[in-house]
Amino acid sequence: MRTKKELVIIGGGPAGLAAAIAAWEDGIRDMVVLEREHNPGGILRQCIHNGFGLHRFGEELTGPEYAQRDIDKALELGIPIACDTTVLSLSEDRVVSCVSQKEGYQEIEAGAVILAMGCRERPRGALGTPGTRCAGVYTAGTAQKFVNLEGFMPGKRVVILGSGDIGLIMARRMTLQGAKVLACVELMPFSSGLNRNIVQCLQDYNIPLYLSHTVTRIDGRERLTGVAVSEVGPDRKPIPGTEQYFECDTLLLSVGLIPENELSRTAHVHLSPVTSGAEVDDSLQTSIPGIFACGNVLHVHDLVDYVSEESFKAGHAAAAFVRGNLKVGRTVKVRDGKGVRGTVPQSIRLDAEDGVRLMFRPDAVYKNATVRVLCGEREIAKRRQMIFTPGEMAVIDLKKEIVKGLDADLTVEVG
Amino acid sequence: MAEERVITCINCPMGCRMTVTLEDGKVVSVSGNTCKRGETYAHQECTTPVRMVTAVVPVEGSRLPCSVKTRQPIPKALIPACMKVLSETTLKKPVHAGDAVAVNVCGTGIDVIATRSVL
Repeated sequence: MRTKKELVIIGGGPAGLAAAIAAWEDGIRDMVVLEREHNPGGILRQCIHNGFGLHRFGEELTGPEYAQRDIDKALELGIPIACDTTVLSLSEDRVVSCVSQKEGYQEIEAGAVILAMGCRERPRGALGTPGTRCAGVYTAGTAQKFVNLEGFMPGKRVVILGSGDIGLIMARRMTLQGAKVLACVELMPFSSGLNRNIVQCLQDYNIPLYLSHTVTRIDGRERLTGVAVSEVGPDRKPIPGTEQYFECDTLLLSVGLIPENELSRTAHVHLSPVTSGAEVDDSLQTSIPGIFACGNVLHVHDLVDYVSEESFKAGHAAAAFVRGNLKVGRTVKVRDGKGVRGTVPQSIRLDAEDGVRLMFRPDAVYKNATVRVLCGEREIAKRRQMIFTPGEMAVIDLKKEIVKGLDADLTVEVG
Repeated sequence: MAEERVITCINCPMGCRMTVTLEDGKVVSVSGNTCKRGETYAHQECTTPVRMVTAVVPVEGSRLPCSVKTRQPIPKALIPACMKVLSETTLKKPVHAGDAVAVNVCGTGIDVIATRSVL
């Protein structure tokens, strides 16, 4: 069946819900949110720990509570959310093909599309760790789903590779549920997780954190029986003779997140090799007119509060596009300079309705450093910060008056 | 009796390593912090450390468990006791987000509440 909608939002997590709410508030009614899971809320549903919403709501909520606020708002407004619906492809002219048990196969011609599919975890196959292909190796998020949503434990003796926040949170979670977490092993000389999580998830439970170490072998015929861990040198290669062995039945991987852009590719949306997400302008419009992107599918965020903020913007912009009111006009490009990776947005419209927030990650830890924005050779904004770390997204705001006066491409640098 | 403890500040990514000197359980000096927030945290953490506890509890007749949290942070030392109470708890439908799941858990005066509804 082929139908038409003014707006189709792909993904019913925090990004999709916020985008839908914003577009609804701008008067768009002919819309649908497509969600492949049985319930909206996205990954927040399994993040039962607290710490969400401090910026947006001024209080610390758990993941399910944060998600519920947007779900309640969407239901109150009457926004249609089609769950159990998987999008198969998206075309350049914004035809969304999707399938569900209830409706079967459908094609929707969309006036505008918002990509809000989130991200997925880097799996074992992406690491190239030698060893057998036994059971017991999971991504931290998969284990989180088992423990928090399904209510069962994936193992009893655990090693965690990678010290991202999900890995740290799962170290505590598995411990509280009675498992023995033997070690958290991090390739880099620093953790990408928050200090708060290192203290409250590892130190509170005497779980050792091995920095500059990695798993060098995975053993087990059917089920995992143990892993070898070695120290690595500055070249991140294992140092011979440093190997130690951990007998364990579970290895959790917390080694990075990748925006889930398969659908963006089917629509030939131009993707950034640095963020692995779409390249967008300040309205969150991608290289394909009428297709917008927001949240973790655009670039991986640390805080859901910023996902919501970005997604409200995408929702407003998509509503303007549907009405034919979205100005594009002249743009300037935004490039990563010294010390900076993955600046979003990648271009700015001189007609931007508001100021523009540039978001990026530093490529290393910088203390007492300054972030600068250059327009050609001219410095147009700068801000000092006590510390920049790759684990925390950094921002710098450009005021509306500054955006109006842009006459050359921008470079963002930290040093 | 004097005791020295080294702790990491959790307020920001600086993660200052602070040395805290305690006498008879009272903080007498804090060093290594960069700002006032570090000192405040050091006092709290070395005298009355508290943590939020979150977990899931089974619900009769529901395949999926219900997520719960302590309404406020509880003393850190009581986390295992709190988890034991929750491991012995089963809920009955309907559960509404905000419902008390365990009242005055471990004598803290703080309730454990549901963070989602199971209807």
